[in-house]
Amino acid sequence: MTVPRVYQTEAIIIKRTKLGEADRILTLYTPDLGKLKAVAKGTRRPKSKLGGHVELLTHSLLMLARGRNLDIITQAQTINSFSPLKDDLERISCGLYVSELVDSFTAERIENRRLFNLLLETLHQLSQAKNGELALRYFELHLLDHLGYRPQLQRCASCGSPLQPVTNLFSSGQGGVLCHECGYQEPIARSLSLNALKVLRLWQNCDYATANRVNTNSELSLELEQVMREYIRYLLERQVKSTDWLDKLKKETHQK
Amino acid sequence: MSIDFMPAAEPIARLIEEFNKLPGIGPKSAQRLAYHLLQAPAEKAEALAEAITAIKEKLSLCSICLNITDSDPCIICRDGERDPSKICVVEEPIDILPLERTRKHAGLYHVLHGVIAPADGIGPEELKIKELLSRLDGGLVTEVILATNPNLEGEATAMYLQRLIAPLDIRVTRLARGLPFGGDLEYADDVTLSRALEGRQEM
Ligand SMILES: [Zn+2]
Ligand SMILES: [Zn+2]
Repeated sequence: MTVPRVYQTEAIIIKRTKLGEADRILTLYTPDLGKLKAVAKGTRRPKSKLGGHVELLTHSLLMLARGRNLDIITQAQTINSFSPLKDDLERISCGLYVSELVDSFTAERIENRRLFNLLLETLHQLSQAKNGELALRYFELHLLDHLGYRPQLQRCASCGSPLQPVTNLFSSGQGGVLCHECGYQEPIARSLSLNALKVLRLWQNCDYATANRVNTNSELSLELEQVMREYIRYLLERQVKSTDWLDKLKKETHQK
Repeated sequence: MSIDFMPAAEPIARLIEEFNKLPGIGPKSAQRLAYHLLQAPAEKAEALAEAITAIKEKLSLCSICLNITDSDPCIICRDGERDPSKICVVEEPIDILPLERTRKHAGLYHVLHGVIAPADGIGPEELKIKELLSRLDGGLVTEVILATNPNLEGEATAMYLQRLIAPLDIRVTRLARGLPFGGDLEYADDVTLSRALEGRQEM
């Protein structure tokens, strides 16, 4: 689509970096233009009109003007600041992780409305979540789905044969679960318990409301986290930086 | 980066290139500055060179508060008139200036040298948090004022510090919300900042 000289868009602010004296470069995720970088002038000054409307993890309505390199934000109005999310350190951290994932997996100006909706819904979920981890797993599964990396959980990702109701194997390289026959030939596959498989299958095909009804004990949560983390690491060919911080927070909370 | 609109002798080309690396200085300004110095008296150029070397040779971090200083401890930590029971925690050395201008904080400072920014790989280990906690060890400090910037990373860092300090039986306060969300302390005006200090709240 051709973008006019001045245009309006909804956006979720997923990243901010300082630029020069008092400006910032914002990374936005929008419904029609996908990821977008834009300049917010003067936003580090307290009297800036843009101010809190372009804070991280905020859903805003923006007016932008086409710039030579980057477009420039001329007006901003908050649609949802997700303040319950921002009053809680764990929730903020989950929100920052989600933002980093979106930023890492997307290129600029490629529309992906389903991904925008998922991100928005996830921020809503995190604002009320008692269990942020569940929201993160649901988000990861659906993010991968919307980007064409939907993990194959219904049958063996290699030979297509039905999976037995036992502990199977998950292969990041094959993008899904492997039967035992195929798993033997895949040196880096990891085991996937039947419970984990069931939960992943359910989450892959349900909405947040249904996903929230699943109770996972800490052992199962950890397994799900590890499977997803390995798969994401394989796809990005690097670790997601925010995971260190999430791990640290979790560890320190458990020590108390 | 190459500067291609005027051929210059090697030393002047080098100076232009160095100026051009500075924030806010484009190739044209770099060229103007370089030629200005070329025509200026030798003393003027030497004074500038000396001032630049001095910030690297003579400045270091205060071993107590980690502010930038030319003597250790820094002028604030050395000042016997100040109240060592109150420590105001800021992100960067530059944040001390607006707080000092308000004359509302008679205590000491602690500079974190950053904020928690997970997506940039900056966690507590990358900041001067260990140093802050060891200052709180002596039992002398009764209040820690968290003056990180009023934006998401600043708030998250404040929340994290509050958690670490809470078990130590030290009062932890946060600058009042008079400061608009999203702005940086560095640019806050004296009146707003004074009010924010006076109205600081328990965390
Ligand atoms: Zn198979
Ligand atoms: Zn000092």
